[in-house]
Amino acid sequence: MSRDDQPLAAVFASLAARGQKAVAPFITAGDPDLETTLQVIEALDRAGAAVCELGVPYSDPIADGPVIQASYTRALAAGFTLEGLFATVKQATSKVTMPILTMVSYSIIYRRGIDRFVADAVACGLAGMVVPDLPLEESDQLDTAARASGLALVRLVTPTTPAGRAEEIARRSTGFLYCVSVAGVTGARSELPDGLVERVAWLRTKTDVPVLVGFGVSTPQQVASVTAVADGAIVGSALVRRIGELAASGGKTAITAGVTQYVSELVTAARFHPHDRRDHTPGN
Amino acid sequence: MPSPTVPPAVHPGPSAAISEVPDALGRFGRYGGRYVPETLSAALEQLQAAYEDARADPAFAAELDQLLSAFVGRPTPLLFARRLTEYAGGAQIWFKREDLSHTGAHKINNTLGQGLLAIRMGKKRIIAETGAGQHGVATATACARFGLDCVVYMGSEDIRRQEPNVRSMRMMGAEVRPVESGSRTLRDAINEAMRDWMGSVETTHYIIGSVVGPHPFPRIVRDFQSVIGQETLLACRRDIGRLPDCVVACVGGGSNAAGMFYPLVDHASIRLVGVEAGGRSAKPGDHAASLSFGQPGILHGSLSYVLQDADGQTSDVHSVSAGLDYPGVGPEHSYWHDAGRVEYTSVTDEEALETFDLVARREGILPALETSHALAWAVKEASRRPANETIVVCLSGRGDKDAAEIARLRALQGAD
Ligand SMILES: Cc1ncc(COP(=O)(O)O)c(C=O)c1O
Repeated sequence: MSRDDQPLAAVFASLAARGQKAVAPFITAGDPDLETTLQVIEALDRAGAAVCELGVPYSDPIADGPVIQASYTRALAAGFTLEGLFATVKQATSKVTMPILTMVSYSIIYRRGIDRFVADAVACGLAGMVVPDLPLEESDQLDTAARASGLALVRLVTPTTPAGRAEEIARRSTGFLYCVSVAGVTGARSELPDGLVERVAWLRTKTDVPVLVGFGVSTPQQVASVTAVADGAIVGSALVRRIGELAASGGKTAITAGVTQYVSELVTAARFHPHDRRDHTPGN
Repeated sequence: MPSPTVPPAVHPGPSAAISEVPDALGRFGRYGGRYVPETLSAALEQLQAAYEDARADPAFAAELDQLLSAFVGRPTPLLFARRLTEYAGGAQIWFKREDLSHTGAHKINNTLGQGLLAIRMGKKRIIAETGAGQHGVATATACARFGLDCVVYMGSEDIRRQEPNVRSMRMMGAEVRPVESGSRTLRDAINEAMRDWMGSVETTHYIIGSVVGPHPFPRIVRDFQSVIGQETLLACRRDIGRLPDCVVACVGGGSNAAGMFYPLVDHASIRLVGVEAGGRSAKPGDHAASLSFGQPGILHGSLSYVLQDADGQTSDVHSVSAGLDYPGVGPEHSYWHDAGRVEYTSVTDEEALETFDLVARREGILPALETSHALAWAVKEASRRPANETIVVCLSGRGDKDAAEIARLRALQGAD
């Protein structure tokens, strides 16, 4: 594994040593406000989340379903800014060891300037980024800047990605590889698609970085079945919905308590199982 | 990059490289490209391949030509606007009559072409976005003709102000899905169509309505619309006896303008002018003039001029015209803008509304509110130019769809 993704590599190595797969929660930065986001990050860390994906609100998120869209709209209406994001991440990284990644549209990175965005990300202690609207062909500039600064650039493979292209994406992903479970937008789904297990198993033979599955994963059962083969599960819309509902009804302590309970259950479900199909840990 | 078997629509001379775009990655200079979720990459590759294949197939061109003639009624005429010219008192004003196309606007040129591509790709479901409703109607029309399922996303604000088109779409069997997110206009309708496509991409083709979006859409739509400029060149030589001095078109996403300009860009003597929506004022949020007031950024899958804030969040925009009410613009326009080949300017809501009345009364034509922006600039400019010069306006569509909304606005003004 390259030097670039050391914080993430260390996390995955220590999880493996403890017989635990990764739970990577996604939350929307600034929903309901950045102060709460900071508290939620701390709650995620305490609950045993391996990595936090911090969604950067964007006005036109074409890869997102209604739940995450609505959270972006709320955060922007509440005055979310990039300056606020970087300040919050800086505070968070001084309190928690869990690596924090941003999920951010390339529209936002491009507008700020690639080098400036990367410098800001490094300065506040981000471990890397997932850029859902940046395909392989357009990614050289950001890839170069990220590598030079030790930031992970997590890439996505989807069910519509042809095999040869999936191999190249897997090879070029740093930190981990994001395996999107379904062709579609983000959002909780009751069933995980057929063939997912085989696809993940195949992807794991194509890359040295861990493979995490996201889109549609929400229940402990789904986390258990996904992590029977993958190195971890990403849970987004279900958590974002919960935060939105708790913010509307119960207030801030209700949010952190609710997040802690939910994520703890997911972490328990992601314990290494004796019947696990895995035959090696990442990096071996 | 023209394929070897089919000559390009225009034959650029050795020094005329401005038309030789996009490159293999869909770049018009630095603009364009493909900034989309990975889920869509394979479908865009498939579309690119299907388009190259179709271009090399004479049967494709023959079928499209036949439809453009017998179904759309092409070629559309070039009309001398005698009483408008008298009114302006300067250069001659001519109209390229896209409003006479079947369904009343240029949009049908693109939807028939893309509909045929969908059939070649074996896709039986079509989705589209629409602002003014003209692209929605043109898509519903193509789908009815070809027997394809059709879903059109339309902002609820646009459903209100372009009601007649909503009715037409439904009559032709299309499902019109109201979009309630954001500003409930064209930009939100594109977001919703893209989200649908994310989950339906294996069976569905997205007929995008302008020269926007990820590669290869800007190029494909431009090519299908280039029939406008090609016919204009022929008609000018025949009816005027020479090339026009100036050609003007309105710019929303930029498809009627791109179709008009692309065959002309290598004719350096022709002045080309794109007219954006100046809205209520030059303040942010009051207009939709991306090239006049924006800067390079990424929206809906391509790099182009866009109206956004310092954090990259798309700005709210305003125009009286639903078809121009869009915070971005096609990447080829950004390229022409930076190259200095096309001038871009803007016209306000009020000027467009006044010109709508003027053209109705002096020419017996109700122009679309979108088109009225180009007409307003043409009338002003004609008054400053000598009588031996000619200005051709791309009369992109007819304004029946706008009549009720204009009456409502007039009543509001009367009540003030
Ligand atoms: C008549 C007419 N003209 C112009 C436009 C603007 O689109 P574009 O800039 O792609 O030609 C529209 C869009 O709906 C239209 O209906």
